[in-house]
Amino acid sequence: MSEEINPEMFELLIRLAALELQVEEAEYLRRQLNSQLKVIHELASIPLEDDTCITSHGVPYTPESSPQIRQDINIAYPSPSDIIQQSPDQQDGYIVVPDIPHIDLN
Amino acid sequence: MELCDLTAHQIATLVKLQEVSAVEVLESTIKRINLVDGSPGSLDGVNDATQSENIHSFITPTFEQARIQAQIIDEKIRKGEDPGLLAGVPFTVKDIFCVRGTPSTAGSHILANFISPYTATPVDHMMAAGGVMLGKVNLDEFTYGSSNESSAFQPSPRNPWNLSHVPGGSSGGSAAAVAAGEGALSLGTDTAGSIRQPAAFCGVVGVKPTYGRVSRYGLIAFGSSLDCPGPLARNITDAALMMQVISGADPHDATAATTDVPNYLSTVERNIRGMRIGLSPDFLQITYPDPIQGELRKEPINPEIEAALLRVAGRLAELGADIVEEIPMPHTYYGIPAYFVISRVEAASNLHRYDGVKYGFRTPDITSDLHEMYRKSRAQGFGLQPKLRILMGMYVSAAQYSEQYYNRALRIRTLIRKDYEAIFDPQGSYRLDALLAPTTPTTAFPIGDIYGDSVLMQYADQLTVTANHAGVPGVAFPAGFDSKGLPIGAQVLGPDFSEARLLQIGRAYEKVTADEFWRDRKPPILERISWSGME
Repeated sequence: MSEEINPEMFELLIRLAALELQVEEAEYLRRQLNSQLKVIHELASIPLEDDTCITSHGVPYTPESSPQIRQDINIAYPSPSDIIQQSPDQQDGYIVVPDIPHIDLN
Repeated sequence: MELCDLTAHQIATLVKLQEVSAVEVLESTIKRINLVDGSPGSLDGVNDATQSENIHSFITPTFEQARIQAQIIDEKIRKGEDPGLLAGVPFTVKDIFCVRGTPSTAGSHILANFISPYTATPVDHMMAAGGVMLGKVNLDEFTYGSSNESSAFQPSPRNPWNLSHVPGGSSGGSAAAVAAGEGALSLGTDTAGSIRQPAAFCGVVGVKPTYGRVSRYGLIAFGSSLDCPGPLARNITDAALMMQVISGADPHDATAATTDVPNYLSTVERNIRGMRIGLSPDFLQITYPDPIQGELRKEPINPEIEAALLRVAGRLAELGADIVEEIPMPHTYYGIPAYFVISRVEAASNLHRYDGVKYGFRTPDITSDLHEMYRKSRAQGFGLQPKLRILMGMYVSAAQYSEQYYNRALRIRTLIRKDYEAIFDPQGSYRLDALLAPTTPTTAFPIGDIYGDSVLMQYADQLTVTANHAGVPGVAFPAGFDSKGLPIGAQVLGPDFSEARLLQIGRAYEKVTADEFWRDRKPPILERISWSGME
């Protein structure tokens, strides 16, 4: 397993996470991540049989305990304006955001 | 005794009989809140552990709506209509649940201005059953923590048994409120122990249901394969009453099991003669990171906690249970390492939706493009704990690392699940009905003692987290006090959907210890208001 998250990897993670960090914050977080990583490396110490499959959630779902998946039918929300109004910036029923990054081609 | 100190089932009975009104119970509870809670947590608040004489459970009290609810319940009863199982019972809701028309903040700046357009299913059920919602109580930000200190809404809640100590987390506001008579019930969530640990720290009962027993619709997600809504209450019967109301299938939640909900109240008083209850040495030792070298060390659990657990076992044996020792749970040690991986991957995924576009906080800074808006909104909106989880989640699920971290953690989760299956297998070597264990490695620690050390904080959950990996239910209940006067909690864990059996065990212990001197203790803050004649 990788030993630690170095500054370059940390910068990549920040970009992927769509964050930007102050210097002190970044130092603290990288330190904590590497402390946690030491603990995570304990997982390497346990032998796993090849046929040990993953468990994505503890309780197995059976046909008896699983709800029927509902029909894929579009049901209009009764009050779309309740939802749109949640946005920090809206206009005429649309959510307003800054433009995506792009380059104008001349 | 004040009306607010009655049990939930007493309140519901008396209200239905019209011996007291829902309004009277509510006003008694509001008076208690005003006496002990102090200022609700706010974004402008500060967390000075030396200054507070109050509990600070709340973020958003909703007393006016509560008064309307109480009046409606009293009117229903006057008309001869059935008000429901929770008639007039005041309850609080951990602010990780959406409730229509109320701020639903997740304890975070990024949702501080979010007014939910809908109500979470468990809250809906409680209100439909006649419960009266007092408001939203504080929590660790996005439930990320075990002390409630990480909330963006300060001051963070205090432990009613010692106001300079944490109530636990992340359902710290819920546990503190229930312990202090600020509502007979509270709806919390348990992802690695976040109901059971604060219940133990605050001397109340907490139930982590089987994963899927209670709908997660309307629960602001942290770890979607781990999160379990559940009750906090002052006694087992109240917890059973609340389980009756909140459990069951939900067409809005495909993970809410359709398994029948038993009648918890009809079985909770049954005796436990012949039940096989296990004790595991793997739950009597704890792991912690060395403060200087950072290496993990093992040592026996706090002797006061072990002694309390063995006293519980002794009392259960007196009632006819077979106590089976030396139960192996060998993968308990890997619960926290696996949790660091699985929960962080799920958290990173679940937090991607907070982007400043559709709801919640958007940066007021002028931004050049959408991506910059995302980055600034998330940077300014999230606290340190969400950022830590997002970053670790991104790392361990990255393509080049996911096999060695995420995939491996999920396979170790299988081993943890198999530990439980083996001990509860009716045809197996142990054939247990339940496993008895301590809830926490320590009693409530002082505010500020370990906040900032994310590894040490996470290890507060080492005795609770394996139940979340495995999905099995657990009931935490008070088991005495330590030499500093802080509550000690024990827990019973059981097979899938065995909540009725676990509640039965907890109730049996409650009854056999009803006359023990420690049962008469009250949190010092309640003694204080009692002496002052304020009530």
